[in-house]
Formats: sequence, C-alpha cells, structure tokens
Amino acid sequence: MKFHTTLFHRFESDGVQFAYVTPTAAVVQLDDVTAEIIENFSDPRGAEPGPWLETLEAERQSEVREAFDELAAMGMLQPVGAPTAPPVQSPPMPFPLATLVLNVTNKCNLSCTYCYEYGEDRVSDQKKPDGTPRLPMMTEETACKSVDFLLESSEGRSGVSITFFGGETLLNFNTIRVATEHAVRRGREVGRPVSFSLTTNATLLSDEVIDFLVEHKFGINISIDGNKGDQDRHRTFSSGRGSYEIILPRIRKLLEKNRPQGRPIGARVTLTAGMAPVPETYHHLIDEIGFDSVGFAPVTSAEDREYALDGGHLGTILRDFEVLSSDYVDAALAGKRHGFSNLHDLIQEIHLGINKSHPCGAGLGLLGVSTEGELGLCHRFVESGEHSLGTIDDGIDEKKRREFLDSTHISNKLACHKCFARPHCSGGCYHEAYVRYKDPTAPNLHYCDWIRAWTDLGLRSYATIALGNPDFLVNYESRPVPKLPVVEKNEGI
Amino acid sequence: MKHIRAINQKARLIEERYAGAQDSVGPLAERIPFGCSTQLAPGWEVDSGGGTYGLCTPIERDLYDCYHSCYWPAQVPDALTNFADWSRSCGAPVQDWSSIDLVFP
Repeated sequence: MKFHTTLFHRFESDGVQFAYVTPTAAVVQLDDVTAEIIENFSDPRGAEPGPWLETLEAERQSEVREAFDELAAMGMLQPVGAPTAPPVQSPPMPFPLATLVLNVTNKCNLSCTYCYEYGEDRVSDQKKPDGTPRLPMMTEETACKSVDFLLESSEGRSGVSITFFGGETLLNFNTIRVATEHAVRRGREVGRPVSFSLTTNATLLSDEVIDFLVEHKFGINISIDGNKGDQDRHRTFSSGRGSYEIILPRIRKLLEKNRPQGRPIGARVTLTAGMAPVPETYHHLIDEIGFDSVGFAPVTSAEDREYALDGGHLGTILRDFEVLSSDYVDAALAGKRHGFSNLHDLIQEIHLGINKSHPCGAGLGLLGVSTEGELGLCHRFVESGEHSLGTIDDGIDEKKRREFLDSTHISNKLACHKCFARPHCSGGCYHEAYVRYKDPTAPNLHYCDWIRAWTDLGLRSYATIALGNPDFLVNYESRPVPKLPVVEKNEGI
Repeated sequence: MKHIRAINQKARLIEERYAGAQDSVGPLAERIPFGCSTQLAPGWEVDSGGGTYGLCTPIERDLYDCYHSCYWPAQVPDALTNFADWSRSCGAPVQDWSSIDLVFP
C-alpha cells in the first residue's frame, strides 16, 4: 500500500522541529527519524514503504517502522486514496445556545468614521420591510423576554452568557439594568448561572453605571484606538470633536473600582491606515492607562475606503505583532501574564487543539437579538432582513439555521482544503465576507497569507513556551478539552 | 510514542488512544484504514433507482474500504497482496473513476 504525508505545517523553535497537523490540530515535536520519513513520503502520489525500508541498514529498520506507525497514528501519513478533505461532521441540531448578544440600541453618541453600523458598509436595514423605522431602543420587556428565550434554548449547558451591544450600549442602561437583574433571578431559579459582558465606547461610564457593572462582574470591552491622536482621528462626536479627553478619566475610574474584584477589562483597538505602531498603542493602553488586556482587530471595510488596510499595512501590522508576541513569550517564560489578547487567544486554541467546522459560534451557540427581538446570526447581522433567523417570540428558524451552517461548513470551503491554518481560521468572519464579497458563506480569501503568517507566529510562540516553561500551559486550560469522536477512520477529528 | 512528542492537548489525546490501541489490537499499520469490520458499511447497495447518490456511504468510499483494508476475498481488487497499483491512476474517485480498469487475476 502506498502512503503519503497529509497536510501539516512544519516549523522550528530554538532549533527543535515541530509540526502542526491540520486534520487533527495536533502539535507535535519531531525527531530526526520522523523528519526523514516525512521527506520520503511527501509526494502526493505516494510511495511504498517496503522498498524504501529495504534500502536501510537492518538495525535501523525496526526503528523506522516504529516511527512510521507513530506518524500514521498521528494522522501525518495516510494511504493514497484515503479522503484528504475535511470530513462533514455537522454539529447536532438543534444546537443549545450559550450566548445571546442583545443589541440594546442602534443609536450611538459617537460618529466613528469607520463604523460598519452606520457607514457605507452597513448590513442592517434602517427601515423595516413595510417602510416604518426600526425601534431605536430595546424595551425592558424585549430584553427580559430575550433572557427567558436564552434560558429555554440552552438545555444542557451549565451556564450561559449575555452580551450587551449597540450602537453605544450604555445609551440604554436602564434596559441593561433591568435585564441583568431579571437574568440573575431567573438563572438562579433554573440553576443555570448567567454571566454578563458588554462593549462600550466609555463616554457614558458614570459612577452609577460603573458600580453596577463591577457589582455584577461584567466582562467589559472598551473600544479605544490608542493615544489621543489615534482615538480622535476616527472616534469622534458628530461635531467632529474627538472623544479621548472625555473617556480617559471615566476609564481610569472604572479600572480603579473594578480591580479588586472584577473580571479583567480589555481594550479593543480597531486598526486603520495611518495609525501609530501597534506596540506603542499597546504600551499606552496597558502601562499608561492600566487596561488588563488589549485586542487588535483590523477594520472591516470594502477595499476602497480611505481608512482600509492594504497589503503594506497588513505586513507592518504583522511585524508589529511579532514584536508584541516576543514580549508575550518572554513574559510567559518568566511565568508572567501579558495582555496581548490576540496571541493569548490564538495560543489557547493551539494548545487545546481546537479544530473548527465553522469560523465562529454565530448561528451555532451564539445569536444576536435586534432592538425589536428579531434573531440574527450575530450582533453584526441583526436587522438585516435576509439574514434573519427568527424572533424571540416565535423561536429560531431551525431550517434556515441548518441551511446556513451546512453551507458554511469547512467541507464546503474548497479553497481552505489545502490550507494548514484552517483549524484556526475556518474561512474567517461571515460579516467580513459579506462586506467584501456580498456573501457571508464565502471564505475570506483576501487575508489568507496574513492568517497563515499569524498562525505560524502563534505556533512558534507556543512551541517556545512549551519547551521553556511547560508549567505555564495550564493558563490556557480554562476551557474544556474537546472530546474525540468514538470512531475515527483516518480522517480529521 | 517514542519518536513523536505530543505537545498540545489534542496530540496527547491521540497519543493516549494509540497507546491503548497498541495494547489491545496490535501494530497500527494493519489498522489503517480501519475497514468495514469496525463500522456499519452498507457495501454494494444501491438505491431503488440504481443510484448511489443518496446512500450514507457513497460507492467510491466502499470501493476504497475494501481495496485498502481487506485481505479476504472482496469484490474489488485488493491492495494488500495482489494489486497495489490498481488505483494509481485514480487520484480523486469523483472525477477519475473511469480510469480504474478491470483486473484479471
């Protein structure tokens, strides 16, 4: 029988050889024997092991046989003709919900120039199909009904989470307060605790709001783009005035009150053309303002926007990410936490061996709810008519949900079948694809090279930590380890 | 494993399974693919119209199940002992099926 190597990515750290095995998302360290076998079976037409083994000295043969078996067991070698595409293993449906994102308002008190919610790249319809305007604020009643809907639709989960989103979320603080208190009470009654998070631009963080958020242990993400210059370039009031001076004292107060008992507070930076270097922004937000972590996300936009990132910008961002990753690894080797959350999240996925059938939980464990109670794939797709997945009153449109998840399954993204980074990327964000290609099911081919380079950086960083300070890896194990299916037939897991 | 060191948790799970399988079943090379004896494979069935499209295991897959893993008389040439190169010209059965020829033992 002829064998050939499967899809994997080889990389080195400190002179040691590793491989990231795409069909399983396993990370393994190779020795010289396994590395040699891989070279000999890399031709996709395959090779017979027998004749090659006979060319080796007798005493080496048993060692090579043993290594060969290990490579096959790890899914790095397979017989010619065995399936190479990712298998279709659709999630069991109806899939229990874990998270509901409540768009408590579609209004905002800022007018950020790059915003997908209000700019040229908006997905949502401002008016309903009958021409009437959409409700700007979610009522307390709709929010409480959404909480009940989540608890009813999450059978079997030990806990659920609610994320409040906007517009500017805190413009509707009253609904947040009422829904949170309702969720705490109902969660206790049904024995399924509810955790909370929100994203805000920090302009409305009053003392009352801060006390409430800290008391209910909200996970808080603050949209902020860095120093005064960067923040005020795009994150402006409608008058054009920047928001940096307004939000800074409020953020400091929140961080101070939250520190003793709350969950870590993250800054979320939208990367656009013309911004300060990423490490500079990171140090400003962590060391000078005091955030616990910082996550960077490239702006979602059509190609021709003036703030859009081109290939040159993305290359610069990658080099900047390398600088921060190196700092992260140094901290991890010394047993210390580092706040570069992009890398932390990537390494966590690598360490657990996450292998995604879909790029994210949208439509699966997560749904978005519009101000009027309409369900969407996620917060970015609510109020978009054609992407509606039901309402909190009538429940989820399971047929539409199923069809969407089937069409976005990795087995249907042919371009991804030859990519080593697919366990992590799985084709990328549906909304990004919608903005670029007008099709949420399309893989995001415009950033493949970037994702591969970023995954490689994550793997190298991970391997350095795994070699230098293996005890640190326990920090990535807060999520349960995915279980292997019972029958494995030399296919992906 | 002796030559591969499992680094992440997924690799460790596979390694544990491999160690367990070695104790109970024997060398792994003989078990890849696992073959029809370990799962329900509908074999050569066709649907009422004579097609295979709607079956849970398409015929291309069954063909290869038997070809790769069976050493007992099967209705296809076997790769293990007699016809190692039978499928050489058929890289992707869905498009290359017609290149598989008859064999005359």
